[in-house]
Amino acid sequence: MALIELHNIVKNYPLGDEFISVLKNVSLTIERGEYVALMGASGSGKSTLMNILGCLDRPSAGDYLFDGQELGRADGDIRAGVRNRQIGFVFQSFNLLPRTTALENVIMPLSYTAGSLSHAERRRRGLAALEAVGIADRAGHHPSQLSGGQQQRVAIARALINRPPVIFADEPTGNLDSHTSVEVMNMFEKLNAEGITVILVTHSQAIARYAKRTICMSDGQIVSGLFEGGIAQ
Amino acid sequence: MNTFDTIIMALVSLKRNPTRTMLTMLGIIIGIGAVITMMEIGAGSSTAIRTTIERMGAGSGIIYPGVRRVAGIKGGTNSWASLLPADAEAILRECPSVALVSPVVRSSTAQAIFGSENWIPNQMYGVAPSFFAIRDWEIAEGRAFTEAEVNRNSRVCVVGSTVVKELFGGISPLDCEMRINNSTFRVIGILKSKGANMMGTDEDDIILIPWTTMRMRITGLRSGSPTSTTSTLSTRPGDRYPVSGVAFYPEQDSSMTSDKLVIPKFTYIDQIAFAASSPAKIDQAQQEIAALLRERHKLVAAQDDDFRIRSASDFMKMMNKTSTLMNNLLLGVALLSLVVGGVGIMNIMLVSVTERTREIGLRMAVGARSRDILKQFLIESVVMCLLGGIIGIFCGHGTALLIEAHLHWPIESSPGAVVAAFAVSASIGIIFGFYPAWKASQLDPIEALRYE
Repeated sequence: MALIELHNIVKNYPLGDEFISVLKNVSLTIERGEYVALMGASGSGKSTLMNILGCLDRPSAGDYLFDGQELGRADGDIRAGVRNRQIGFVFQSFNLLPRTTALENVIMPLSYTAGSLSHAERRRRGLAALEAVGIADRAGHHPSQLSGGQQQRVAIARALINRPPVIFADEPTGNLDSHTSVEVMNMFEKLNAEGITVILVTHSQAIARYAKRTICMSDGQIVSGLFEGGIAQ
Repeated sequence: MNTFDTIIMALVSLKRNPTRTMLTMLGIIIGIGAVITMMEIGAGSSTAIRTTIERMGAGSGIIYPGVRRVAGIKGGTNSWASLLPADAEAILRECPSVALVSPVVRSSTAQAIFGSENWIPNQMYGVAPSFFAIRDWEIAEGRAFTEAEVNRNSRVCVVGSTVVKELFGGISPLDCEMRINNSTFRVIGILKSKGANMMGTDEDDIILIPWTTMRMRITGLRSGSPTSTTSTLSTRPGDRYPVSGVAFYPEQDSSMTSDKLVIPKFTYIDQIAFAASSPAKIDQAQQEIAALLRERHKLVAAQDDDFRIRSASDFMKMMNKTSTLMNNLLLGVALLSLVVGGVGIMNIMLVSVTERTREIGLRMAVGARSRDILKQFLIESVVMCLLGGIIGIFCGHGTALLIEAHLHWPIESSPGAVVAAFAVSASIGIIFGFYPAWKASQLDPIEALRYE
């Protein structure tokens, strides 16, 4: 069974009396362990598609199967549970809580996990996640005391804390210089090598090149990369 | 997310903005403080009232003569000399709930004279020895008079401390001879001071003498309205007064002759003081007395009582009503300030939700359910209110202590008020925190994450 299956996904936004169609009948399959880059110009619908994939937004029509489970029309609490345990998010602007230590930022999702862990266990797991991204020595620092690259590593550690099968990264290097971008991209590569599915949203060809599969979008439709195995042009 | 973690989180986020948190809590602090102060003063004043009543004699009461109505005209209190010494004896004998009875004969004009000083005491009572127990009077020096002295019409008196001060210059007057009107009296006892009561009346401004002596030497015969004029001609061996030329039968008016056979009663007394066997039995005692007196006075069912009974508990109810009213009024104002404080909480929580829109979006993205967000903000506002409430409880108690120290108002700390204050501040947190928290929980995660 594929990890992600989209069938005829439509997303409309109301604009005055009419609807504008952002996604037009998108169907897509992503297997476990893939490294996918979602590309497209602004307004092509790639962010909307990712929001739907990440259970942040609901499709207007169509089916979204995640690990065989229909999520597009699922109850909000079920979707929250999926976001918590099955999906990790990495944002362009890091989205770390200010005035909160790196460690606390990393273990924050655990407090929403059912069957709470003990405090010591959470700290242990948080430190392990920071260790994995190579900044365990910065555990006690606040985001304002960290560089951009370090902040994004903290965000990646946070995304990994519940060991999700898939990580979504929305322009993860958009706010980083080229040197730290390479470091972050190497980290995604490493995670993918460990079996985690990585889905990147980017408009940079250089970044998309790290991925094994590139899906190009234009005007709400997938124009290439629909099938696994490289750019089908 | 477990509640303990949420509380810690709320405390941390409140600590981030200490000034704002303090200012927001101020409304609750003032409100709760005012409520606590009011409640402590209220409790103190009702205790003071109770003490006063107990000093007047808990479980005691007074029987007054009724109001006489002649041809539609009411004579006013005491216009009907209807109480007899024999009534007092009968009450003691026949009412099981009554433990003590004393006839009372009053004079408000008798002047006491000692040496070159004179004094008209506020209260000048002729009573039986049981009166001391009924009114809880204790003897500081000397002794109370006895039943034998009452029977002998002895010229002895017991005086209050104000009288000692005013008449005797503060020197113990024990065994001194003093004059009341034109009779000499020997001071045999001094009452222990009770001080002023709640009404401001000086309780110690009092002279007590045997009621027989009072009748004989000071007030003479009772002279009420012409129709109630009494005869002193004794037709019974128990009556103690000499004849002095008053008509045997009172004049009768038309209504009396038309509907009622009037039997002249002799040797009236002004009041009868009584005490129930326990303060709890006061109402029962009143009913027994009323039934007995109606029977003794031969009143038929259609006739009104020719006496009135007022007990200390009635008085207490009246006083309590006044102080409760006042207290509730002030409490209402205090609660109003709590509502104002609550609006402040709501305001700040709304600001806080707006400020933390991105945080809310992020928490939702990593798996917080709507109800987790609702809980987080609700607990934050409840924690803030409870903190304010706790500070308010201490401030309120402190204010009450200050008032006690400087204004000498009686206060009494009440655990009930503390519990209520706690409950009220928690409710305010929930009521006024709910809307902002609900608003936060309904945010769209995508919008919230994009919010700048």
